[in-house]
Amino acid sequence: MNWFRQLILPIEGSTLARDVDNAYLFVTLVSLFFFVLVAGLAALFVWRYRRRGPNEITPHITHNLGLEVTWTTIPLVLVMGLFFWGFYGFMRAQIAPGEAMEVQVTAKKWQWQFEYPDGMRTLNELHVPLGKPVRLVMTAEDVLHSFYVPSFRVKHDVIPNRYTEVWFEPTKAGTHQVFCTEYCGKGHSDMLAKIVVEDEQSYQKWLIEGDESMKSMPLAELGKLVWENRGCSTCHALDGTRGQGPSWKGIFGQTHKFADGASAPVDANYIRESLMEPQKHVVQGFEGIMPTYQGLLRPREVLGVIEFIKTLK
Amino acid sequence: MADVLAVPLHATHKHDASDNYLTNPRGLKSWLTTVDHKRIGIMYLWAILAAFLIGGVFALLVRIELLTPKTTIMSAETYNKMFSLHGAVMVFLFIIPSIPAALGNFALPLMLGAKDVAFPRLNLLSYYIYVVGAILGITAMVGGGIDTGWTFYTPYSSTTGGAVSLMTFAAFVLGFSSIFTGINFIATIHKLRAPGMTWYQMPLFCWSMYATAVIQVLATPVLGITLLLLIMERTFHIGIFDPKLGGDPVLFQHFFWFYSHPAVYIMIVPGMAIISELIPTFSKKSIFGYKAIGFSSIAIALLGFLVWGHHMFVAGQSQLASTLFSFLTFFVAIPSGVKVFNWLATMYRGSISLETPMLYAISFLLLFSIGGLTGLFLGMMSVDIHLHDTYFVVAHFHYVMMGGTVIAFLGGLHYWWPKMFGRMYNENLGRIACALIFVGFNATFLPQFVLGSRGMPRRYYNYLEQFQPLHQFSTFGSWILGLGLFMVAGNLLASLRKPYDAPRNPWGGRTFEWETQSPPITHNFDFDPVLKHGPYDYRPEKLPPRPGVLSPARPAGGHS
Ligand code: HEC
Ligand SMILES: [Cu+2]
Ligand SMILES: [Cu+2]
Repeated sequence: MNWFRQLILPIEGSTLARDVDNAYLFVTLVSLFFFVLVAGLAALFVWRYRRRGPNEITPHITHNLGLEVTWTTIPLVLVMGLFFWGFYGFMRAQIAPGEAMEVQVTAKKWQWQFEYPDGMRTLNELHVPLGKPVRLVMTAEDVLHSFYVPSFRVKHDVIPNRYTEVWFEPTKAGTHQVFCTEYCGKGHSDMLAKIVVEDEQSYQKWLIEGDESMKSMPLAELGKLVWENRGCSTCHALDGTRGQGPSWKGIFGQTHKFADGASAPVDANYIRESLMEPQKHVVQGFEGIMPTYQGLLRPREVLGVIEFIKTLK
Repeated sequence: MADVLAVPLHATHKHDASDNYLTNPRGLKSWLTTVDHKRIGIMYLWAILAAFLIGGVFALLVRIELLTPKTTIMSAETYNKMFSLHGAVMVFLFIIPSIPAALGNFALPLMLGAKDVAFPRLNLLSYYIYVVGAILGITAMVGGGIDTGWTFYTPYSSTTGGAVSLMTFAAFVLGFSSIFTGINFIATIHKLRAPGMTWYQMPLFCWSMYATAVIQVLATPVLGITLLLLIMERTFHIGIFDPKLGGDPVLFQHFFWFYSHPAVYIMIVPGMAIISELIPTFSKKSIFGYKAIGFSSIAIALLGFLVWGHHMFVAGQSQLASTLFSFLTFFVAIPSGVKVFNWLATMYRGSISLETPMLYAISFLLLFSIGGLTGLFLGMMSVDIHLHDTYFVVAHFHYVMMGGTVIAFLGGLHYWWPKMFGRMYNENLGRIACALIFVGFNATFLPQFVLGSRGMPRRYYNYLEQFQPLHQFSTFGSWILGLGLFMVAGNLLASLRKPYDAPRNPWGGRTFEWETQSPPITHNFDFDPVLKHGPYDYRPEKLPPRPGVLSPARPAGGHS
């Protein structure tokens, strides 16, 4: 049966997969049995009772209670079994273990954004440790989408103004495909993402260093990515317009006045300090609402921000 | 009850075949203003066949686009419109009216021994409403198209461009034609059965048509209201389904499936209706379990109203609701299974001849079984989480809709064709076409079960390379299928050039329509139909006196 499993189903990548597959294979067997029964009987009858002449006389059989009860009750018992099995698997897929790591997912045309508990964000790529349950809390910004990971056997629609969830505990390291399975327009079939499952060590390493592409990316570019993906963009504009926080345009090298009357030049150290202890020097005219990024940004990402701000003339 | 057939009371045949409902009266105007159920059926037939052609061409184009994982012949926008229109045309313009409005209109009154339906004018009105709806639909297609899928899910459909409002309005209008046909059939079955015909002596076709009509009348208004609400949201920005306006998108799905699941039975129950006629006739044997089949149609119709939520296991409905819907869904399997077993039992010890309609009936048995059995996968909630909105679902409903309904429709078309047009088609070509369709259909859709199980989502323009071989196989299959369908068209149309050559009863059927001439006269019967035997009575003492001459091209006056 294993060859069949591998032929027809994706790899088993989560703790949920085995039960779903067993159910799938069981219904396959049930279906094959009934199909062979129907097809076999049809073939047999067509052959055995083929018309041999125009005057053939057939027996007048109108019904047979015993038979009819049999083929009502046996399937009934069977399908009730199927119902309970499906119900069991479904409830398992609904209730995430309490200790699950929570990741926020935002879907919009046509991308997936993931936000980790510490505020780190990634686009179309989710890294998770092997063997640890993960709970995704999902919402959509525009229309319906649906989050589907075939190898985990999980799927749930993602709905605007609402939170829906899926959870999984990955059992296979490697890259798993994510699809959008609720039709959402032109880019629907390109709304893909990857889940990278890795052992605890590589996961921690990834948390600190980012992935390969980030390591080789020029610093200023990495800085821009941080601005986009780590929330800076919600408060800081790049074009001189004032947001909740000051724009970054041309600030490098300027001297800034603070609410407490002190002042300092904007240089690498100042930027680092603004990130780690934003409340220490609050820029004049702004409120001290910037959150600290202490421990949330990778060292290379901080350098990236500094380089990026330098380029904004 | 010594007599055997519904012997014409005044067995003087004043008519010969050239005086029939097709030719009398002549002229386009007489057709356009006809209230004859047979003519309306025929007009419906041409209309739905045109729709089938359009929908079929869309399907072939969609399949060609899927030959390669990236762009093949069209852009993503065009592709999205193609599959949306394929679905909308096939469902609203073809399948729903196919069996009831075209074949049913023609055959139902004949089978009941009636002169017409209960409300002939309403019948004509229903046809014109269909035509208006179809024209609106085609206008929408030409002027902008729709890219929402046939399901019109919100909030995508309330925000996307194109002719969505017009298309939904078209579907709204078409709903009325469906409702009117339903009302007509209910009244006809209640009131116009031939003298002596009790409910349990009606052909099973009529039972199923009755069940279908009940669903049409009860469920279609909900679709109408839903589509109106959608149009209102789009034009006046009233928040109903669009979360941006404070609406609830999941509510739309509830409304939509509250109609569209029963609509699945509006589509499949008539298919079953035809099979219940074909199998006894070509097995020359009484149907097995008449009441079981009749009541299972009713059971399916009623259960069909209670299971819509099985489309929404992962759509954000409550777990309790999902559980109940899954539970109830499994009950639908029972009456469906009962029918299949009854049909098989009818074949047991029959005298089976494999003319074209019977080949379709056997194809139906196999394909519908696959369609039904794969429904079990989707009814299981845990398995459905994996399979929902993948090609598995696409394959499943094509096995039911096309492998079931369309195959049955083709079977019925071949069965009643001689009665409708008075000509026999080429039997061998008919069989070959049926075989091609069977092979082509399976080649197209079997691979899609595997695609879906392996995780290929539906409505995908681009797809991962790993899925290409199966997609290609499926596309090649669609060409065989297309070829088979064109052969059917050619074969049937070619027969129309011949002189009338169909006997009254080419297949040895036992229902009323086979006792009148082919094609029937305008008032259906050249004698007064009085029921003398049940619809599937093949006992020798009940058969016409000269055994073996079931289907004589009977000379005038010699009704046996
Ligand atoms: C909730 C809004 C908010 C977010 C998010 C935010 N900041 Fe700030 N940021 C501010 C405000 C307000 C100030 C000015 C007050 C202050 O200095 O604390 C500021 C100041 C700064 C300054 C000093 C600017 C100057 O003109 O002196 C830097 C540098 C900075 N932020 C970097 C970042 C980076 C990098 C991120 C993202 C990783 C970020 N901020 C995210 C609100 C925000
Ligand atoms: Cu999508
Ligand atoms: Cu359904």
